[in-house]
Amino acid sequence: MAKNKNPEQTAPTPDKVPDKVIEVDNLVTHYGEREILKGITLDVRENEIMVIMGGSGSGKSTLLRHLMALETHTSGTMKILGKDIEKLTAMEMFNLRKKLGVAFQGGALFSSMTVGENIMLPLCEHTDLDPTTMEIMARMKLEVVSLAGFENLMPAELSGGMVKRAAFARAIIMDPKILFCDEPSAGLDPVVASALDELILDMRAAMGMTVVVVTHELDSALKIADRITILDKGLILMIGTVDEVKKSKNQRVQNLLNRMPEDDTIDPDEYLGRLTGEEIGGDATL
Amino acid sequence: MAPTDNQNWLARFFDKVGRYSVAGIEEIGNGGVLVVESFFWLILGRRRKQPVRVGSIFAQMMEIGIQAIPIVALLASAIGVMLAIQGIHTLRIFGAESRVTIGIAFSVVREFSPLITGILVAGRSGSALAARIGTMKINQEIDALIVMGINPTRFLVVPALLAMLVMVPMLTILSDLMGLLAAGLYVGIDLGISLAAYFDEVRDILTVDDVWHGIGKSVIFALLIAVIGVVNGISVTGGAEGVGKATTRAVVQAISAIIVTDMIFAFVATR
Repeated sequence: MAKNKNPEQTAPTPDKVPDKVIEVDNLVTHYGEREILKGITLDVRENEIMVIMGGSGSGKSTLLRHLMALETHTSGTMKILGKDIEKLTAMEMFNLRKKLGVAFQGGALFSSMTVGENIMLPLCEHTDLDPTTMEIMARMKLEVVSLAGFENLMPAELSGGMVKRAAFARAIIMDPKILFCDEPSAGLDPVVASALDELILDMRAAMGMTVVVVTHELDSALKIADRITILDKGLILMIGTVDEVKKSKNQRVQNLLNRMPEDDTIDPDEYLGRLTGEEIGGDATL
Repeated sequence: MAPTDNQNWLARFFDKVGRYSVAGIEEIGNGGVLVVESFFWLILGRRRKQPVRVGSIFAQMMEIGIQAIPIVALLASAIGVMLAIQGIHTLRIFGAESRVTIGIAFSVVREFSPLITGILVAGRSGSALAARIGTMKINQEIDALIVMGINPTRFLVVPALLAMLVMVPMLTILSDLMGLLAAGLYVGIDLGISLAAYFDEVRDILTVDDVWHGIGKSVIFALLIAVIGVVNGISVTGGAEGVGKATTRAVVQAISAIIVTDMIFAFVATR
């Protein structure tokens, strides 16, 4: 399916996949007493690559876990493929999950299974295909991620980049409508990281899926993104295309793009209060 | 008025006790939910198009049961001989060493076989289960299962639980036989009683109830080992160190639970 350049102009129809495949509205979440996401509102359009960026502790991994319906939120709504995930029954959620693929940061391949068995697992669990067909499909997906011939190896016998590729193969085995990628380039050398970026672009082009990538690798984000969401301390700093992000006047966005540390001006009273554990009034500037 | 040091100490003590109590109750609750959920998937999995894989159950049976046969046989034999030695030594004081078979038969079948098998499986397979699930959790493999639409309880817990419920009683029966045989051989050597005569006497002494007493206990032990292993595995936090701690905790809790349950079972069954 061709990429929709003007999604706002297309009226949604009930029979087709909604133009906005993910809709998040004012999402708030807490871990214990701590507020992690402070009212996130964003949408991801069909067939686009949305990159979620931000520094450590910005809430990007938490947001991804919510998008994958692995966490429950405190307030707000979240629709995936037009379905409000809070209102889904267990069976509806089960059916929705079959349309999602996830490539985890560490691969999350099952260490007791071969690469081929890992990739075939969703097929074994969700289809009635005969084993030969499943093996052929697994080999095809391994071909897509340039791992043909590796199906009989154990995950422990693969390099870091190969594990991530195998995780991609497993994530796309059911031809998902949305592919989530958690830090695909983390811990990889620049050449392998660049090859993975190409792979994401190729998979989107070949399979017409929507891709949501969480990363803090700037080069990777600028290369693959249609739009970028920048998070900071649980809030969205901006959402825009690569050009819009590059031209942003927001100082925090520019700090992130230019790899500049945050302004570390500290209020002496606030700093003293933090050390002694005492509350001190007044606005503390970080 | 500011609280005194004594009041502070008391408050901290009760706070700690309260927290541990709540955590303990939560773990027991999690275990109960896990058992109910496991039976739900076992019974209704096929109808929901998510059946429990028979292959996984057999794989677990191999790991928990078949591979444990040598060590269970060895330890059961050692226990049998130990009981025979102690029994003969004690009864010799009264000149009643020929009655040692009664003590051996009851002790092996009602107490020692299920106990030693339970402790051994807890150390061997309960720890492995906790470590496996804990490692899967920190490697995001559990998350991967969930997002793939594969229920972790059905995929990981049910095969282990079922294998445990089948293999621990089987190992207990093996342990009964090995313990009695080894004790019989020692009694034969020490007292000159033939093995045939020894087993005739064992058959006269033991009733079916005695055998069921041991097997019934082993079923409860199997349930405890599996649930404690899984609950500890799933609660892992903090990487490899967390897995190590959870594994140790699983073994200690399982063995403690087995011994306490054994005591309660013995008390109830002898009333």
